[in-house]
Order: sequence, then C-alpha cells, then structure tokens
Amino acid sequence: MTQPALSAADDVVLRVQDLQVSARSDQGLIPLVEGLSFDLRRGETLAIAGESGSGKSITSLAVMGLLPAPAVRVTGGSIRLGGTELTRLPEKKLQSLRGARISMIFQEPMTALNPVMSIGRQLTEAIRAHDPVPMREARARALAALQAVRLSQPERRLEQFPHELSGGMRQRVMIAMAIALRPDVLIADEPTTALDVTVQREVLDLIRDLQRDLGTAVILITHDMGVVAEMADRVIVMKKGRVVETALTPELFEAPREAYTRELLAAVPRIGGGPARPDLPATPERLVSFQDVSVRFPIRAGLLGRVAARVHAVEHVSVEIFKGETLSLVGESGCGKSTMARALVGLVPHEGRIEVAGTALSELDSTGRKALRRDLQIVFQDPMAALDARMTVGELIREPLVIHGIGTPDAQRARVRDLLDRVGLPASAMGRYPHQFSGGQRQRICIARALALKPKLIVCDESVAALDVSIQARVLDLLRDLQREMGMSFLFISHDMAVVENVSDRVAVMYLGQIVEMGSRAQLFGNPQHPYTQRLLAAVPVPDPRRPREALARLAGEIPSPVWPLGQGPDRVQLQDIGGGHLVAR
Amino acid sequence: MSVAAPTSPEPGTQPGPQPDPQQAGPISAAPSVLRRLLSRKLALFGLFIILICVGGAVFARWLAPFDPAEQFFDGLTIEGSPMPPGPVYWFGTDLLGRDLLSRLLYGAQTSLIIGIVANGAALLIGTLVGVTAGYFRGLIGAGLMRFTDLMMAFPALLLAICLAAIFQPSLWIVAMVIACVNWVQTARVVYTQTSSLAERDFIAAEKTLGAGHGRILFRHILPHLMPTLIVWGTLGISTTVLLEATLSFLGVGVQPPTPSWGNIIFENQTWFQAAPWLVFIPGAVILLLALAFNLVGDALRDILDPTQQGRD
Repeated sequence: MTQPALSAADDVVLRVQDLQVSARSDQGLIPLVEGLSFDLRRGETLAIAGESGSGKSITSLAVMGLLPAPAVRVTGGSIRLGGTELTRLPEKKLQSLRGARISMIFQEPMTALNPVMSIGRQLTEAIRAHDPVPMREARARALAALQAVRLSQPERRLEQFPHELSGGMRQRVMIAMAIALRPDVLIADEPTTALDVTVQREVLDLIRDLQRDLGTAVILITHDMGVVAEMADRVIVMKKGRVVETALTPELFEAPREAYTRELLAAVPRIGGGPARPDLPATPERLVSFQDVSVRFPIRAGLLGRVAARVHAVEHVSVEIFKGETLSLVGESGCGKSTMARALVGLVPHEGRIEVAGTALSELDSTGRKALRRDLQIVFQDPMAALDARMTVGELIREPLVIHGIGTPDAQRARVRDLLDRVGLPASAMGRYPHQFSGGQRQRICIARALALKPKLIVCDESVAALDVSIQARVLDLLRDLQREMGMSFLFISHDMAVVENVSDRVAVMYLGQIVEMGSRAQLFGNPQHPYTQRLLAAVPVPDPRRPREALARLAGEIPSPVWPLGQGPDRVQLQDIGGGHLVAR
Repeated sequence: MSVAAPTSPEPGTQPGPQPDPQQAGPISAAPSVLRRLLSRKLALFGLFIILICVGGAVFARWLAPFDPAEQFFDGLTIEGSPMPPGPVYWFGTDLLGRDLLSRLLYGAQTSLIIGIVANGAALLIGTLVGVTAGYFRGLIGAGLMRFTDLMMAFPALLLAICLAAIFQPSLWIVAMVIACVNWVQTARVVYTQTSSLAERDFIAAEKTLGAGHGRILFRHILPHLMPTLIVWGTLGISTTVLLEATLSFLGVGVQPPTPSWGNIIFENQTWFQAAPWLVFIPGAVILLLALAFNLVGDALRDILDPTQQGRD
C-alpha cells in the first residue's frame, strides 16, 4: 500500500475534474468546494484531509450524489466513474450505482443504521436492492460479508438489532454493508472518529485488509493526520474548499510544500513532542483526594421499579491531586473517567470519601457546598451544549460572579472584560450569543466562565476532543499559560494519549471503573507496565508513514460489561508500587 | 462533523444585531422587543385585531347600538325568523330578535376573560406542575405526573359539569373550572421538555457554578420553554372559548341572558340553515381572535429567540 503501484493510467476508476460545489444563499452562490481535481486508481487509498469547514465531506457527498439539493449543488466540473458522468445522471440511475459501485461508510454508525430493523434484514435488503437474488442467497452473502469484517458469531449478529451491538461492531456492520456488493469505490467519511482508539485501530486494519483482498479504491476523509499516515497512498490537503497540496503520503509528511500543511502537521499532538513541564515542589500540597471512591448507578426493572442490577461505573478508586499539577485520567469510553469528574463536582452521588482541601464533600452543608463551587470548576466537551444559547456571552461569564455575589455590577462587568481578554476574545463578544462563535471560541468562553471564580482546580472533561487540531493546540497552550500564571490544578480527562502526554504531570489509566496504572508522565509513557496501557499506546495512530506498524494483537472479545447483579461486583484491582510512585495493577 | 451548515456564513463573523454590551439583561431589552414586534406586518395585524376585540369589550356599553338582552319586536320577521344583516341591525338579529352586533360586543367581555384569564391560568398551572415534576423528579414528580394522567383520563366535560354544579355558576367560576380542566396537556408537554432540558450539559454547568434551583428554573429552563408555552397559549384560546360555549349549552356555563361568543353560536345553531350568519359571524370572530394571538405569539417566539436573530 505504501509502495504505490500507480503505473497504469487506465486503472483510474474515479476521475474528478475541476469540481465546484456551491451553496445558495441570500448573497448569491457561495462556493464550498472549488477547483478540485483528482484521479483515483484501483486499489489505491486517497486521503482527503482538512479541518472542519474545509469542504472534505461536501466532496464525498458530491461524489455520492447526496448533496442537499437544491440548496447545495455541483455548479461546475465533472465526476466520472469509469465511463459514466455522475454530475448529470438522473437520480434513478444514481440510486442503482450507490451501494453497488460506490458506497460509503459514515462517521456515526448508530445513526446510519436503522434502529428497528435487524442487521440481517438491513444487509439482505441492501443486497437485493441492487441484485434481485433469492432471499436465501442474499442471506448467505450477508453472512459472508459479516465474516469478512471479522465479527464474532456472525449467525447470531444477523438476528440482532443495532442497539445490541457496541460502537465498533456497528461500524463493522456498516463496512460489511458497504462492501457486500464489491463496489469499485469506497468512501469512508471519518470512519473511526466516533470510536475508541483501540477499536479505531482494529477498524483501520480491517479496511486495509479488505482493500488488499478486494482491490477496492478507497477515499478516506479525515481530520486526523495520524490516520492519514497509516492508511493513505496519496493525500489531498484542503482548506476552506480549496486544495492546498496534493502529494504522496511519505513526501507530504517529510517535505510539506505549503505553509498550511506544515502548520497542520505541527499542530498534531505527538507522544514525546510535548514541551517540558515545570518541576513541582518536592513535597507538594494535597488539594483533592479520592479515598476508596465508588459510583454505582442502579438499573431498575419490573413494575415496582426495584433495583435489579447496578452499573459499576467507578470502583474503589483512590487518587490524589496536588496543588499546581495536572493529573490526567485516560481510558476508553465507559471506563468511568467522566463519572469520576462528575462525582468530584457533585453532579452524581458517590460512596467513599472525596476530600477537597481537607474537607470531605459528604460532610458539607448547602452553604459549604456552594462555597466549594468556587474552588472546583468544570469545562465540558461540547461548549455549545454547555452554554445557555439564550444568554449573551457577557451574561454567561458574569453569571458565576452574580451567583456568588462577588463585586458590584460595574466591577463584575470589568472582570468579564478582563476574562475575555485573558482567553483571547474581544470585549465586543459580551453582547453576542454563543451561536455566533466558532467551536474554539466557544470553548474559550467556557474557560473564561470557569476562571471567573478563580478556582483551585479545573476539571477538563474531554475539553479539546471536539476541536480541530490547530485550535486544540491553541486551547491547550491557553490552559498551560493559565496554569503557570494562576497556579491552579487540572484534572484532565481524555481518551487521546498524545494530548495527555503533552499536558500532564501525572497520569492514571482507567479500565472498567478501576485504575490499572498510575505514575508520572515519564514513568507511564517511558515504561508502561500494564498490558492495557501498552495496548492504548500501541493503538495511537502515529503521523509518520515510514514508521513500521506492528500488528496489534486482537482482543479475544469485547470489553466486559460493567453491569453486575445485586451483591456482586468486579474483583478489586490491587495496585503495586514498582518504584518511584509508579503504581501498576498486579 | 465537517459538513459546515451550507447556508450559514462562517461562524464568528455572523452579522447580527449587536446590542450595547453595557446592557446585559432581559429587562433592558423590553422596548426593543416591542419595536421589533411592531416592525413585523403580520404581528402588527394580529395586535390590531386584539386591540379591536379588547376595545369592543371594554367600551361595549357605549359602542353597542342596542341593549344585548332586549328582544325587539321588529327584530323578527312576520314568520318569526331572525332578520338578516341590514341597515338597522348591522349583523342581523338572533332567534329571539336580539341585536347580534350588541351581543357580540358584550359577549367579547365574557369570551376574552375566558380566553385570556382561564387559558392563562390553565397555562400557569400546567407549567408549574410540568416544570416541578420534570425538574425535581423523584416522588414529587411521579406523584404529580400520575395525577396529571388521572386528570387526562377523566372525561373533561364531566369534571367541568361536576365542578360547575357544586359552585354557583358565574363567569369567574366558569373560568376557574376551565382552568382546572385545561392544564393537563400543557403539564404533559412541559414535563417532557423540562426533563430533557434538565439533562443537558448547560444545566449541569449551572449546577457546578453553584446556581440554586430558582435561578436554574427561572433563568435557564423557563426561557427555553417559551416557544412551547407561546404555542400552547395561543392554541388554548379557541379551545377555552369553545369549552365555555359547551358548558353554557349544558346549562352550567355563563347564565343567559349574558352573551358570550360561544353561547351565541350554541343558542342559534338550530337556525343554521335559515340564518347562517348567526353562526358564521361569531365563529369568524373567534377564529380571527385565535389567529391574531397566533400571529403575535409566533412573532414573539422568534424575537425572543436569540439564535433566530438576523434570520427574519
């Protein structure tokens, strides 16, 4: 794959020439994609990379003929699949091509699958829509497709519904559906963005193997340069609807020609690429301590709503956070890392003892709890959801001051201006509403809001996960500067090992509600001991196409469920100090 | 994720009305809301109709050409049927020879009180119940919602008749009875919306800031319920006016000879074939009033929603 077999020019399956896609608006046509040309050859993987708004998804929709017409449509250029011009093809003909000759995998497999139809019915229906074979044969083909995507127990999966499968399994079903008819071109639009990093690795491996076996040409749409480096033969970098650079993958990573490509590559967080962090005092002051903390959610069943089972989200976790440090919690979805954060800020009830500056949360009365809010603040993942859309930015940032009765209205407004300035937004932002800002700016608003009370600890719950890499890098810089200036601690929650490596002093790895390994950044990244930590690190896509990829040992099955019947629970993990405070589960 | 909303310009550069940053707060925005309401043609039309109706009700004593209860000898034809609209009786006369225009003007008093007071009270009760149940959940929530379900399952008309029979029928009692019957749908809708709002991140964010229940409910949840409340409020006007008419017809509503728009229709419905104006005119008036409130409500909903700004 990385050895480009691109000699024969007649191998071209898809040829896009000077494509222009525009959106209709009050100001006339606004171009979303301009002057895009590329050839896609059989068996090749072409990556279209770019940040949000670059037009990469619009391109894939244009090729599929799925643009939301009449608002958005192709206004120039041509898309030829084999000998067929797609831009002028009537909808009926396009329908017969979609799925059969071009198919697509979407980012979010849950929304792309029909929730009320069994997997088997969805697959056979897709097959029979293009190829009117008898039911029995369609079913056999569906089964073969599920086997091809390496789903365990494929016969059983045919009878199951989408909600019964995990995210990775659903994405595999989507891939099975896409390849069932052996298309010439497979478009994968951010196929692994919604998946955990170890699952991502498995899905990427799968797409690569299938491509080798079937000779399908793949267009991979992604924002993740690590994924590009691992998968693509050639790359098109796009920005604001225009092509910035086209190159073979190794060339692009080694000698990017354009400034924007260099910026994009520089912004990608790399393990080992983070700046050195200031040393903490030898005997740091303890700020927060979790002592044997558990969080369990009841699952009620039956007529009377009796508790039938419990979700053991967090199990007997003990962690300390010191003054001025950044502690990161890493793990995959469902491991309980966000639940820990929510327990700390009092959004979910907990068992055990959480102490903040020497006082246990459970011993506080309502005034004490309110006072504690000034010390603990949280920044959520999705800033649009975390801001009240009906309030102006000025009101939103001022609100914490109003709630705690800090200062006169004039002093509060002055403070809002200072805070906006501190996070890099103009004072004119005060009168505007959250929807008038971009994602990165909105996250800055959330940070300003958290800063308003001068907290001692800020919890960042996947706070940069939804941002583009260049914006992510700038928000991380801001957090670092703030920490240096004000000396607050961070509890940084993330699934992204590279980001964690860049920001943390200490790291704790969580698996199924328990901490399996904990230590300083150097200990954990330099000498990972627990197999799960090693697995997480090995799964991270590395933005270096020359680096040899070690095949990741496949998990025997899915991650076990954290749901236990009453009176039962997971075995408690015993942590052992292997030297210098590096704790590893035995 | 990267499909930028094609029709909206680049975020952050969106042109929008930029209120003075010094004035943050909904109260200072009130004059501008009125100004923007008046700048919309349809809303202006709605306001105009509402003003006519209110004016007609308040000044009925001076505006009405006749006594609404007086049965005129020349108000009926020789055969004893009602007079069609003409130069003396502009809107014609009813089956007892009373002037329809005068009855409509006096009836506006009753119907507006029912449509605004009873409907407003129903909306208020429904919102209180729905918000409390949706936000606090637990035993209070479950209890309130089961009670709402019970009220929903119970035939509303039967309940209204029982209530009206217990109390001495009067306009205010009828309004109260209607409020007691009509709040359930609002409560149900508000409950669902509140419980989904309460799970959203921005409410969690408020809690972590230390905001009390009152602040979260009044500053953050209620504003998000406004669009729903406005729609239910305007829809409720015609429903309550007609419910009052039903009660009057059954003898437990406003007592004759006091006119209301609803009982004018019910009294005269037997004459529908011979004298259609007796049903059409009051029906059209009810429709017009409901439409007017709808237009104003729609405009208000858009104006109060900051995410709609610049998309008039």
